[in-house]
Amino acid sequence: MYYKETLRQMYDIGIGSLPIVFLISIFIGAVTSVQFYYQMSGTLIPSYYIGYIVRDMTIIELAPTITCLVLAGKVGSNMAAELGGMRQKEHIDAMEIMGVNTSAYLIMPKVIASLLMIPVLVCAAALIGILGAYIASVPVGLFTSAEFIKGVRSFFVPYNVFMMFVKAFVFGYILTNVSCYQGYFVKGGSIELGEASTRAVVYSNILILLADYVIALVLTA
Amino acid sequence: MIRAESIYKEFGDQQVLKGIDFLFEAGKTNLVIGKSGSGKTVLLKILVGLFKPSTGHVWYDNIDLVTANKDTLRKLRMQVGMLFQGNALFDSMNIEENIRFPLDMFTTLTLKEKNKQVDFCLERVSLPGINQKYPSEISGGMQKRVGIARAIVLKPKYLFCDEPNSGLDPQTSITIDELIQDITKDNNITTVINTHDMNSVMEIGENICLLEKGVLAWKGSKDQVLQDKNETLHDFIFASPFLQKLIESNH
Ligand SMILES: Nc1ncnc2c1ncn2[C@@H]1O[C@H](COP(=O)(O)OP(=O)(O)OP(=O)(O)O)[C@@H](O)[C@H]1O
Ligand SMILES: [Mg+2]
Repeated sequence: MYYKETLRQMYDIGIGSLPIVFLISIFIGAVTSVQFYYQMSGTLIPSYYIGYIVRDMTIIELAPTITCLVLAGKVGSNMAAELGGMRQKEHIDAMEIMGVNTSAYLIMPKVIASLLMIPVLVCAAALIGILGAYIASVPVGLFTSAEFIKGVRSFFVPYNVFMMFVKAFVFGYILTNVSCYQGYFVKGGSIELGEASTRAVVYSNILILLADYVIALVLTA
Repeated sequence: MIRAESIYKEFGDQQVLKGIDFLFEAGKTNLVIGKSGSGKTVLLKILVGLFKPSTGHVWYDNIDLVTANKDTLRKLRMQVGMLFQGNALFDSMNIEENIRFPLDMFTTLTLKEKNKQVDFCLERVSLPGINQKYPSEISGGMQKRVGIARAIVLKPKYLFCDEPNSGLDPQTSITIDELIQDITKDNNITTVINTHDMNSVMEIGENICLLEKGVLAWKGSKDQVLQDKNETLHDFIFASPFLQKLIESNH
């Protein structure tokens, strides 16, 4: 029963968020490369650095942080509204009466699904971001394909990928727990439900940004 | 058998229940009646453990619900069925999945066995063949009956119904009352029903508890209702203009 629910959540979170993650990362990559070209033209920095810059920026910061901020808005508000609706319609009470451990049954599958799928999404976001940078700069002649690819393959530090996954896990954990908490303990009516859903997003975002800073401090120390 | 022992409950500075002592007997339909706002739902939620009383105890045979730990509570609850005032059917599941839900959670039966059980319960509430419909696609009375089917699918020892026939026409109300009474007798269940429907009181009121502003104002059975001279009881029962006219014309 838990297993089936976890699969459903994984599908919702993973496949359901792919389009938005795709859209956002491709533009992040594109904008980064175009702006890098603008800032660096006329300087002595070699232009193949574009690949290197885009790669590390997406991996270390943009892919995990932006993706999770967006997922807090999409997945987080959805979780809060779903649980909040169940609370208000007495579904949660009904399950409690049956003897169901509702916090485990309703929240655990969401947490597990998030912890499995969000890192995958972040990873995809990083790859798509680099692809976006390529598409936006190479065909229009800002850089050559060879320069870009040389940059992407230069100065690679595997530790940065580790940092990306740490961020993805922590951010995913934060947004799921904050959102489920806001939904599960909602009181009142539809206005309160809307407020809870907003709080889920706002609090998740603030905590994600704080955690981002702390992780950056700790992992680069 | 469930025994409420000096139950007090307050929300903020509002005293909702002020010392309720009552014995809900097994194999009988126990009714909690009283005006809107008298505390019936709060009492029922305390009996099932959704609210904790400020002071007092709820005895399920010899287990105290108020002090029981989570494990005991959970085991006990597998023997409890409840029909909510607003049904609380899971609206993203169809009727079959709704009724099967407790079976999915707590039994290791095969899908075929579970569905057989579901069909049996639907038959029991006279709604065969609506398995694939969704709660939003059936009428209010049907939803109540599905709620009852879900409440009895695990063969509970204790059944709670919060206003099982509010918003229903008199005939459907009677069908539902009779259904609940039959189920109670068949399986010797301890059934507690909240109602302010006088027809239910006279039909299935085997053991009645009248609440008035959080105080137990009267207890007895349907046979004693008409004889008793208790003023609160009298006011409650003869509130309807129809009955008052009837009495006046008789005098
Ligand atoms: N969760 C709560 N928080 C605060 N006060 C509450 C809560 N639930 C009930 N009350 C108060 O307790 C009193 C009794 O409410 P209750 O729902 O038990 O009435 P009732 O007898 O079931 O009425 P009805 O027949 O209309 O369903 C009401 O005055 C209500 O305001
Ligand atoms: Mg009520």
